[in-house]
Amino acid sequence: MSAATDKKGATGGGLSGWFRKRFPWDQLMEDHVTGYYAPKNFNWWYVFGSLALLALIIQIVTGIFLTMSYKPSAAEAFGSVEYIMRDVEWGWLIRYMHSTGASMFFVVVYLHMFRALLYGSYQKPRELVWIFGMLIYLVMSAEAFFGYLLPWGQMSYWGAQVIVSLFGAIPVIGEGLVEFIRGDYFISDVTLNRFFALHVIALPIVLLGLVVAHILALHEVGSNNPDGVDIKEKKGPDGRPLDGIPFHPYHTAKDVPAWVVFAMVFAIIVFFAPEMGGYFLEHANFEPANPLKTPEHIAPVWYFTPFYAILRAVPDKLGGVLAMGAAMFMLFLLPWLDRSPVRSIRYKGPLFKLALTLFIISFVMLGWLGLQPATSLYTILARVFAIIYFAFFLLMPFYSKIDKTKTPPPRVTYHG
Amino acid sequence: MARPVRMLVVALLLAAAPGLAVAAGPGFPLEDSGADVGNQPSLQRGAQLFMNYCLGCHSLEYVRYNTLAEGLGLTEAQVAENLQFTGGSLHDTITIAMPERDAAGWFGQAPPDLTLIARSRGEDYIYTFLKSFYVDPGSRLTGVNNKVLPGTSMPHVLWQLQGLQEAVYRQETGPGGERIEVFEGFELAEPGSMTPEEYSQAARDITAFLSWAAEPMQLERQRLGIWVLLFLAVLFVFSYLYYKELWKDVK
Repeated sequence: MSAATDKKGATGGGLSGWFRKRFPWDQLMEDHVTGYYAPKNFNWWYVFGSLALLALIIQIVTGIFLTMSYKPSAAEAFGSVEYIMRDVEWGWLIRYMHSTGASMFFVVVYLHMFRALLYGSYQKPRELVWIFGMLIYLVMSAEAFFGYLLPWGQMSYWGAQVIVSLFGAIPVIGEGLVEFIRGDYFISDVTLNRFFALHVIALPIVLLGLVVAHILALHEVGSNNPDGVDIKEKKGPDGRPLDGIPFHPYHTAKDVPAWVVFAMVFAIIVFFAPEMGGYFLEHANFEPANPLKTPEHIAPVWYFTPFYAILRAVPDKLGGVLAMGAAMFMLFLLPWLDRSPVRSIRYKGPLFKLALTLFIISFVMLGWLGLQPATSLYTILARVFAIIYFAFFLLMPFYSKIDKTKTPPPRVTYHG
Repeated sequence: MARPVRMLVVALLLAAAPGLAVAAGPGFPLEDSGADVGNQPSLQRGAQLFMNYCLGCHSLEYVRYNTLAEGLGLTEAQVAENLQFTGGSLHDTITIAMPERDAAGWFGQAPPDLTLIARSRGEDYIYTFLKSFYVDPGSRLTGVNNKVLPGTSMPHVLWQLQGLQEAVYRQETGPGGERIEVFEGFELAEPGSMTPEEYSQAARDITAFLSWAAEPMQLERQRLGIWVLLFLAVLFVFSYLYYKELWKDVK
């Protein structure tokens, strides 16, 4: 048969022609890779999306190999991790990549979210891109939490104990719910087994689905850019956006050096500071879990500490849990809280810039405070920063509306 | 492009900032151990001391005897002859014969496995702990106490090497007029077979050995890391040049 044409215009004979007529491979590549036009004026803040994808791939691949030697049982878990570190060929490298990868995934995602705050990437029409992204962040947090129990060290055990017991603050059903989550009267072998199942099967599937939804939603409405102008409004005679350029090969070629820089930072940690001073691998977690011995100081891993600090800032346990939930929920509301007529920080007014600066300072400070013991001074500081955190969101409809914004240019601009 | 790159660097540094603010915990000030995992004679002496003095009660249950050979620069025959007192296979892990339940009965709690002590407590902790035993008549079980871990049920097993120290206190008057005792330092009441310098070195050797035991691959990972970074540096140059070439006409 000579050139055959189907309804989508896919042509060609041979094996690839045969394949193309049965699976829309060309169309998928065209829609999402080679024919997806992304703005030309992306700066380096725009690499964190693809870096997050890289981090996810690292976690999945190293995770698969860890599962081959890890034993999800209270009696064997701790020993099996040391077995991986010592007796499994390259086990130490895979394990360090997984433990470092978890923290680096959060670093990248936090920077990716900050990029969205800078350039208003959550604003209309990208509300769903933002919502799917927030769901990814939420599921990722749960994934990290379940995974942290698996090494069965002291911090694994007592961290899980603290977090799970938070659900006990819910009136009436609280205690029963905690028992339901643990599957036992305390964190035990049963809990470890179900956390393992959730960590290696359930949540990764949800996470992958959400990543697909995030990217599909993004490609439907198109990427934002540092100027926040809509590139679809100015099209050339070929119907392509004048300020856009195909994602592949252009943006992929730009992402590769960023991936390499990420890999270098990653390698420096894995090979020279895998514990990262006790922040990526906590010192107390090199002691096996002991249900009879509470560690002096229980702190969650760094990526949860801003929310943990908010939890502790409220004197009442139920109040603290609600505040922590609200802190997370605020982020979901962002697309509807921002009433600014412009997207990008470049054209927003001084009020928004001030608010964002204060927000970032309070988020970082809350993260630091969440790692410290709750002394009276630190509790007061945590309250102050928690109030700023909430004020950033709750006052946004007002200050973003009255702010003196600049008019964005009609086309994208290039800086440096 | 310079500005966003700078912002990225600042952001990464901010992300790493908690790592810079390591809070010193309360308690006895720890001395810098000066232990060097790369020093094989030190590791060998440390292993010998550990096997003779510590292994009666403390296991290294995740370390195998045969890995000692490679890590300490010995032959397997040397390990079998000088460090493995239990017989059995070289592939055995370094365990103890004392049943945990009996140990708990004798000492109040079972002596912990020490495979990972250098990672959970740190090298300086081990070193200072080994040097901070002192005679304390109040300790009825062992006659000694330890400044790093007050009330420890561990006897001073190295006393023949170090000798016996006494704690020296200075009397001071507190803000409310009450008398308080301030710890000044140790005084060697009964010399041991080693001079204080020799004993410090012995403590340092044990510390180095335990540091090696906690992460036997630590030197290998650093060696490997250099090559990985060199490879990535080359890859960065080419990937960046390719990006510049591809984008030079875009705008």
